[in-house]
Amino acid sequence: MSIVAEDITWRVGRKTILDHVSLGAEPGRVLGLLGPNGSGKTSLLRILAGLRPPNEGHVRIDGRNIRSLGRRALAQRVAFVEQHAATNVDLRVIDVVKLGRFPHRSPFSGWSAADEAAVNEALERADMIEKREQRWQSLSGGERQRVHIARALAQAPKELILDEPTNHLDIHHQLSLLQLVSGLSVTCIVSLHDLNHAAMFCDRLVVLDRGRIVADGAPEETLTQDLLREVFAVDARVEMSPHYSRPHVQFLAPEPSAAAKRHGGIPNVTAPGR
Amino acid sequence: MTPAGSSLRQGAFLTGLLLASLLTIALVVGASVGIGDLPIPLSTTWFAVTNRLGWTAMELNRIHETVIWDYRLSRALVAAFCGAGLALSGAIMQALLRNPLAEPYVLGISAGASTGAVAIAILGIGAGAVSLSAGAFVGAFAAFLFVALLSSGTRGGTDRTILAGVAASQLFNAATSYVVTTSGNAQQARDVMFWLLGSFGGVRWPDFVLVSVVVGAGLVLCLVSARLLDAFAFGDEAAASLGVDVGRARLALFSLIAVMTATIVSMAGSIGFVGLVVPHAARFVVGSLHSRLLPACAVAGAIFVVLADIASRVLIPQQVLPIGVVTALVGVPFFSVILFRFGRAS
Repeated sequence: MSIVAEDITWRVGRKTILDHVSLGAEPGRVLGLLGPNGSGKTSLLRILAGLRPPNEGHVRIDGRNIRSLGRRALAQRVAFVEQHAATNVDLRVIDVVKLGRFPHRSPFSGWSAADEAAVNEALERADMIEKREQRWQSLSGGERQRVHIARALAQAPKELILDEPTNHLDIHHQLSLLQLVSGLSVTCIVSLHDLNHAAMFCDRLVVLDRGRIVADGAPEETLTQDLLREVFAVDARVEMSPHYSRPHVQFLAPEPSAAAKRHGGIPNVTAPGR
Repeated sequence: MTPAGSSLRQGAFLTGLLLASLLTIALVVGASVGIGDLPIPLSTTWFAVTNRLGWTAMELNRIHETVIWDYRLSRALVAAFCGAGLALSGAIMQALLRNPLAEPYVLGISAGASTGAVAIAILGIGAGAVSLSAGAFVGAFAAFLFVALLSSGTRGGTDRTILAGVAASQLFNAATSYVVTTSGNAQQARDVMFWLLGSFGGVRWPDFVLVSVVVGAGLVLCLVSARLLDAFAFGDEAAASLGVDVGRARLALFSLIAVMTATIVSMAGSIGFVGLVVPHAARFVVGSLHSRLLPACAVAGAIFVVLADIASRVLIPQQVLPIGVVTALVGVPFFSVILFRFGRAS
């Protein structure tokens, strides 16, 4: 296991966002985090990245509690790509990617060959090498997300945590970004909304519902019709894709009366914590 | 062109720019010394300095030498350091708060300093034992603490810090106005108002020593933090994920700004607009990376304030304008041009 979350509980005020969550990411694999809006995905990712201390429980990396690691040491190891990280600062692509070297440099050290190599490799991986001199403000949404991933890769992490990286991207860019992420040799933990993308690109899926883990396993074990009905409140048929050997989810349009019945049958799905 | 070659060329270009800037500061300071009721040629100023340093032994006009040494040179140099400090503070605030309108006075520091000065001058707190400047310094720090507490330490987020700063400015400005308007002595009130708008009239060599040490140390600390400030480009969360201890970094840098601003305000009163305009102008020339932006701000701020000080003395014959009036009168049109061009560019 590379990152292990042990019995994490996170509260905001009186509301419990994460309720005794435990999970472990296997080295080099892609772990997909699924769940409806407000199920605690972003909170869990922030805690795994060490950006928030949990109220209870620990996050360990290679057996060490990340709170004993220190911010800089953690940043040398774990990279985090936020949801829509924007800026009004006028920077070039290369400047943004160079930020990834921050945890590896002291305030007095110059720009080393290792830094240059890491930045070039990251740009190459994210397919942004040709746009290195371009202005951040002139990039499209997909390009910006790629630059963020390049910045994260320049950190030379062993663990990469991405919070809904495909949000607001068109389908081509969604697929190419997930292809990029799943082709990396680092441990990835990525939260996603699209169930079929999760099934295609993740080795393992963890499903969160109202702050609890309700499923954890290979895509074909976790993405079941029962789970989709109970957690996401959708009627769906799950079949193995004939094109790639992963489960494929097809949604059935809800009939108005059936939808009303389901809402009666499943309390609190749309309004957690109430 | 290889990236290495281009960065080398860029490095040479920037070094040239820095040297040219330092030369410009020297010339502007020389001009500031020369301009006034008693005009002094640049060469006389040059030899007065080299004589004092023991490099030359020129025979110079005694009166000229006295005016240079006792009044004008210290004044021009203090103005330069004040400008550098204000511009640096503005650049750092804009980076940390991710707000283009941020400047040192957003934190209410100048308002606090004014209240402190007024409390000494009009209410007579300290009974003459404490100078106006010391009062301003204490007031500035009181405002800073007020903002720090109100924005719940440094963890409240950038918007809360700005709101707390606005509240502090209102509170301390109201306190100052209350004291000034209820004071019976009209002349005293007028003196205080003049001081509040900023003037380098009273500064002497001890002030220069203090401000050069504070701003000089501040510049060094800022340059050491340049990369850290870059890491804030995408917000606190992104900075934290790059390994920055956001709370500590922000507290340290805000404290540095508070010390610099309090020192400057206690000497020269509140000089508006420098911290806001200069960083924006500098960004147009050298870009947004702080390793270039911060030195550029220091240089441009120094030149701007020395020029403003000259203007404050010569615009109206026989009368000295408050420097805050000049920086705003020059700064606002200048800023409008920047805003207009920026609007078209993006």
